[in-house]
Amino acid sequence: MPILQDALQAVMKKAIALAPDSFIPGGKPDPLIRHKHGLIGASVNRIDGPLKVSGQATFAAEFPMQNMVYAALKYSTIARGRIVDIDTSAAESALGVVLVMTYRNAPRLKPMPPFMSQPKAAGGDDVPIMQDDQIHWNGQPVALVLAGTQEEADHAQSLIRVTYEAGADGVTSLAKAKANGSEPGLFQGEPLKLEIKDAEAMLAAAPHKVDVRYTTPRHNHNPIELHAATLYWEGDRLRIHDTVQAVAHEAWTLAHVFDIPEEHVRVTSPYVGGGFGSKTLWQHQVLAAAASRLAGRPVRVMLSREGVFRIVGGRTITEQRVAIGAQEDGSFDALIHTGTVAMTPHNNMPEPFILPARSAYASKSFLLDVETVKMNMTANTFMRAPGEAVGTFGLECAIDELAHAMGMDPIELRLKNEPEKDPTTGLPFSQRGVDQAWKDGRERFGWDKRKAPGALRDGDWLVGMGCATGTYPYYRMPGGAARLTLSREGRATVGIAAHEMGMGTSTAQTQIAAERLGLPMEAITFNYADTDLPGIVLAGGSQQTAAIGAAVIAAHHKLVEELLKLAGNDSPLAGLKPDEVGGLDGGLCALEDESRCESYASILSRAQQDKVTVEAEAPMPLELQHWSMHSHSALFCEVRVNTVTGEVRVSRFLGSFDCGRIINAKTAASQFRGGIIMGLGLALMEESQFDERTGRIMNPSLAEYHVPVHLDVPEIDVMWTDEPDPHTPMGARGVGEIGITGVGAAVANAIFNATGKRVRDLPITLDRLL
Amino acid sequence: MQFFVNGGEVDIDFDPRTSLLDLLRERLHLFGPKKGCNQGACGACTVLVDGVRINSCLALAVQYQGREIVTVEGLGVPGALHPLQAAFVEHDGFQCGYCTPGQICSAIGMVSELKQGVPSHVSADVAAESFPLDHDELRERMSGNLCRCGAYNGIVDAIQETFGEAKAESEKSEAA
Ligand code: FES
Ligand code: FES
Repeated sequence: MPILQDALQAVMKKAIALAPDSFIPGGKPDPLIRHKHGLIGASVNRIDGPLKVSGQATFAAEFPMQNMVYAALKYSTIARGRIVDIDTSAAESALGVVLVMTYRNAPRLKPMPPFMSQPKAAGGDDVPIMQDDQIHWNGQPVALVLAGTQEEADHAQSLIRVTYEAGADGVTSLAKAKANGSEPGLFQGEPLKLEIKDAEAMLAAAPHKVDVRYTTPRHNHNPIELHAATLYWEGDRLRIHDTVQAVAHEAWTLAHVFDIPEEHVRVTSPYVGGGFGSKTLWQHQVLAAAASRLAGRPVRVMLSREGVFRIVGGRTITEQRVAIGAQEDGSFDALIHTGTVAMTPHNNMPEPFILPARSAYASKSFLLDVETVKMNMTANTFMRAPGEAVGTFGLECAIDELAHAMGMDPIELRLKNEPEKDPTTGLPFSQRGVDQAWKDGRERFGWDKRKAPGALRDGDWLVGMGCATGTYPYYRMPGGAARLTLSREGRATVGIAAHEMGMGTSTAQTQIAAERLGLPMEAITFNYADTDLPGIVLAGGSQQTAAIGAAVIAAHHKLVEELLKLAGNDSPLAGLKPDEVGGLDGGLCALEDESRCESYASILSRAQQDKVTVEAEAPMPLELQHWSMHSHSALFCEVRVNTVTGEVRVSRFLGSFDCGRIINAKTAASQFRGGIIMGLGLALMEESQFDERTGRIMNPSLAEYHVPVHLDVPEIDVMWTDEPDPHTPMGARGVGEIGITGVGAAVANAIFNATGKRVRDLPITLDRLL
Repeated sequence: MQFFVNGGEVDIDFDPRTSLLDLLRERLHLFGPKKGCNQGACGACTVLVDGVRINSCLALAVQYQGREIVTVEGLGVPGALHPLQAAFVEHDGFQCGYCTPGQICSAIGMVSELKQGVPSHVSADVAAESFPLDHDELRERMSGNLCRCGAYNGIVDAIQETFGEAKAESEKSEAA
């Protein structure tokens, strides 16, 4: 049957690609794209700003509860094997202890369906959760203690003694994992493997070529807010205050684990102290909920920073080969991007580092392949721009290497290979302005002052410039739905189970709703991150702006329909269709004749109604199979490298972006900068050091896992084309992840220009430059 | 035990192992000070004690009896924000907001260290009587406050605007 299904899918795909634009969501541009001087694009302060700067925003671990107890977890110290004995007697008799839970007394739980296995699955892994004596990775929770205070719980946890027996089948070295064999990664239902013509042969025949290997290490998201939840049961109903970027997914998955109806789990998460892909469902929420049920008390669980490294997965290790064959004029004959990533036997996240090579450049032939191998480690997961963040490192360094070998300007080489349509799918681009981004950035940065490698010296410092392209696709996942209420007083409430983790979602969506309805921002309430609201909206793939946008467009259409019905024949709007009117100055107006208007107050008073509430679902995201939809950036970096110590300082950075229409200039700039700064970490310092003998992360703290601090970060300049994408809601494409992409390469290329040294392994620490 | 927090007095007994951070958060329900590591590495828990910035996660609460403790809640509230809090909003000196209370308290402590002549790693003359709030001094001295969202540029701008030369200059010209 799968063969038939595949065939059917292929036919559908082809039909969507060939369908007229008007059949496709976004085929008719969102009317908001035409609004030029309103709230869209304005520089607006965050609406939750005053709460956040005064300590009044309530995070997950900040809900006081009567009778609440605190959880502490104990983690395994071997990577694979079994628990022979677990002595909990001292912990049980320690002061304040309410419960010690191990596999011996934990309630029966089903494993979490892992991410991408089902539409609402949110599990980081599908290992049985404290159900047996088996150990699958070094750091797996083996016991949980509940006590009256965190200090008591932490102390009692330290009194538990576990004896293990190591298993012979543990795999903690990449070499051993590779020796066990690899499989092509499967991502979004498709193999991460693509061949167009014979790329190896065309590479061999090309007059110019590079063929090089790059590696990137494991990374951890390390949001400053620790993973935490406050939860309790009322009968078989679970209430959880969490810090999560997938409320609906979490509720569904927990319901599955505890075998209760989905509606019996309520998740809210009004503030998330950073997520970057990590704030999903991991074992701690399940264990805390199980323990709460056993103890009959509300539970607060907050992982220690070490605990985050032990049980919350990060970005996995990659080994990449990039080979490019080019003609004399620089045009690519062959583009090869292949390599290996590590996963675990209990998850499916094949870090898809070939995604940039699928659409960024034209080439006569392609060979793209992500092979996966299995290791016993914390299940790896999505981290900001999964695939692109590390894939652009290999790809964009290799282009720089080729440009250098050919004596060509690396920007010219890139522009030479600008594709006219998507080079691997053949789909037309919805909008693409990377050439403009390069042009604008080149001038602003002063790129043309760049010298030959090693040629610019300032005292003990070598100075150099580098550049790279960043790229990230437009995504919109199925499941968007929104509720819209409009009152006679001219106030509106938008409700959707989406998320605010600092991206500025609530502010941007308030602006959009105000502009769409023709109301001031103060008249809009944006409710989100609550499973009582409609919508299945993952804060991932930079899709929220589009996903919420499309759902609100659908709800708004319905609202206007209702209002026109209520307005009836006595209204100046009589006879107009929903598509022919828009929100303006507290009412509806005909799009073609702005003197034909009626206020919301007048419509609703005449109809003797206090308010109208509608709910609607967004259409399926067919636009993704009809157009090739991608954002790009042109990145410029200047570094100074100390000739005595090898220390690298980033002295200037410019990101020039082409991301469709920008909704809020202030918060978008912060998203770009934040992504770039995480990219500086990826380039120069970040690595979760994995001990291949024991499978243990060796630097599980913020003292030893280095992230960029104030002094590492210069003023970061950002600019954007602001060219709307005619086929997306509001003309926007999402800005959360594009910022980090390409940064690793821009820094590495600048270091090459400064020193003449090519470092192909991240992070570029000073020892690699001595 | 007696504590002075944000201008008020509290009498409370607790497990002597409790950190000042846990006392503030779990017992006094002042959730402005944040826990990001509980080991002195992130600065999210920064509070002011007698005007000096400390990592409250590394402080045993019992040692701070009778001292003047100020958390971000004591600086200003929505509607009546401290000028630095308002500048953070204006310059978008945060995204998720989790490191923010620590950044704000730390900045206030840092500015008084400059005035008192406490030198830093980037100070050219360690014996100077006071230090300017220049870009390098500011960033070096704030480097104990991590922001994973990467709001550093906005934080620097907010601090400069509130306490920097530019501010002092503009106040002078307004007065004149
Ligand atoms: S929580 Fe105190 S320094 Fe991180
Ligand atoms: S604002 Fe999120 S960590 Fe600083």
